Amino acid sequence: MILLDSVWYRYPSGTVALQNVNLVINRGEIVALMGENGAGKTTLLKHLNGLFKPTSGRVEVDGVDTRTTTVASLSRKVGLVFQNPDNMFFCTTVFEEVSYALMQFGFSREEAEERAEEVLKTFDLLQYRNSSPFTLSGGEKKRLAISIVVAWMPSYIAIDEPTTGLDGWGKRRLIDLLLNLRDSERGIVLSSHDVEFVSEVATRVVLLLRGKVIADGPAVDILTDPRLLEEASLLTPQIPTLIQELKRKGLGDLNHKCLKLDEAVRCLSEIFSKTGSHFRGEGG
Amino acid sequence: MNMTIEIEDLSFRYAGSGRWALRNISLKIGEGEFAVFAGATGCGKSTLFKCLIGLIPQMYHGEYSGRVIVRGLDPSTTPISKMAQKVGMVFQNPDNQLFALTVENDVAFALENIGLERAEIERRVSKAFRIMGIEDLRHRSPFELSGGQKQRVAIASILALEPEILILDEPTSSLDGATAKKLLEELAEIRRKENITVLISEHRLDLVVREATRLIVMESGQIIADDEPREVLRQLLEDDYYMIELPKISRLAWALGLSGRRSIPLTKEEFIANLWGIGS
Repeated sequence: MILLDSVWYRYPSGTVALQNVNLVINRGEIVALMGENGAGKTTLLKHLNGLFKPTSGRVEVDGVDTRTTTVASLSRKVGLVFQNPDNMFFCTTVFEEVSYALMQFGFSREEAEERAEEVLKTFDLLQYRNSSPFTLSGGEKKRLAISIVVAWMPSYIAIDEPTTGLDGWGKRRLIDLLLNLRDSERGIVLSSHDVEFVSEVATRVVLLLRGKVIADGPAVDILTDPRLLEEASLLTPQIPTLIQELKRKGLGDLNHKCLKLDEAVRCLSEIFSKTGSHFRGEGG
Repeated sequence: MNMTIEIEDLSFRYAGSGRWALRNISLKIGEGEFAVFAGATGCGKSTLFKCLIGLIPQMYHGEYSGRVIVRGLDPSTTPISKMAQKVGMVFQNPDNQLFALTVENDVAFALENIGLERAEIERRVSKAFRIMGIEDLRHRSPFELSGGQKQRVAIASILALEPEILILDEPTSSLDGATAKKLLEELAEIRRKENITVLISEHRLDLVVREATRLIVMESGQIIADDEPREVLRQLLEDDYYMIELPKISRLAWALGLSGRRSIPLTKEEFIANLWGIGS
């Protein structure tokens, strides 16, 4: 697990970016860090692989204090994907980009190439294997950045704003990929303000406001709490907003903790089948 | 309706690319419309926008055919500086647009460049600040602002040019939900008040589509749907189209069979109205 214990972080300019953050991230979880621009999400992610060390407090990755080891050795365990994928690329082809990283982590050339091939296939990028990473579209670059990290199989993957620049198709694919990674017992932390995406994928949500954790709990609890979300400058996702409105209008025994689209479909169809083909509320 | 933009059979291929970025696009957009462009990344939205202000083919070279008329001008031959007085374009990343030491200088820069009088510059700058609600940022450095503030400054600097057409390429992609929603509401308000034509590309359809008069969907350089937004949503849902993210409320209504002959709901209010309408 990754443990953040009373973590404070102050930038050299004096700005306090994190204030007394306490957090535990386990394998098999998909934790979404959410909050407005400047809330401290990226700063927090950079602590997970030791890129930033806390000004006070401590961060431990599987029991190892990040101050006692190197970013390189921590990165083997915690893969960090930056918001702007251009910052990660420097090779001449997509294929080299993935295999180079693997060889840096000590994989033999043969194994690196085998894995690169496999991961590019999973992320639907194999057709670009000989292209320059810089010729890819925004969504493809994002997928490549994630695939580079996934290739070396870190225990934890931290992704800064995974959906920026992704279209509907890209998001659906990403949701499937993240769920698969979780099933293979990876711990995933992502920062996002895309509430609709987070609704479909996160098991847990941590709300940040000006460097402080203001809420930490199951996604289904946090994302159905309009008051908390408003405090963090986030919109309530569409499904819980609708469900609350339906409840207010008198649609009985509706589980207002419904978050995902397929849950809402299931739950509303059940109600319709019980109440007959149509619902009669106050205006019916 | 007076046509502000007329595109006839436009195709474009970037120099060195084997793929046509735009293929036989024909499109007319009327004065005062709020047209939303949607489509998977790489579908050609940004390329099309660049054609409307003349960046294509004047700055980006390639194979260009067809005819584009914007406010009576042909952007392929009209100087871009002249096009820019009719068409204001806001890019996805505001950092590419901001450069001055203060927000005020950033907004005034283009106005000085086109040789306006001091008093006129002051009038326009003040108006743009008021519309975007950023009077308090006037003397700040653009680089110490938050993402949402920067995007507002970038839009203000374009509004100050008093364009007849405002084009925004994914203006909310880096903004949090509350800021994105506010920005889109402001744009709708500006459009109504100033009667300018707005063209916007946006992934978050749930936030933008309720203000839209048109929804235009592109794929691989072609327009595959173009109509009133609810009608387009119906077509996309019927086809189980997954390349763009459709509003969840619309998808839920469709999955529950709540849309029937009625229009596809975009908001919770419309959803509830449809719900009560069943069987009646």
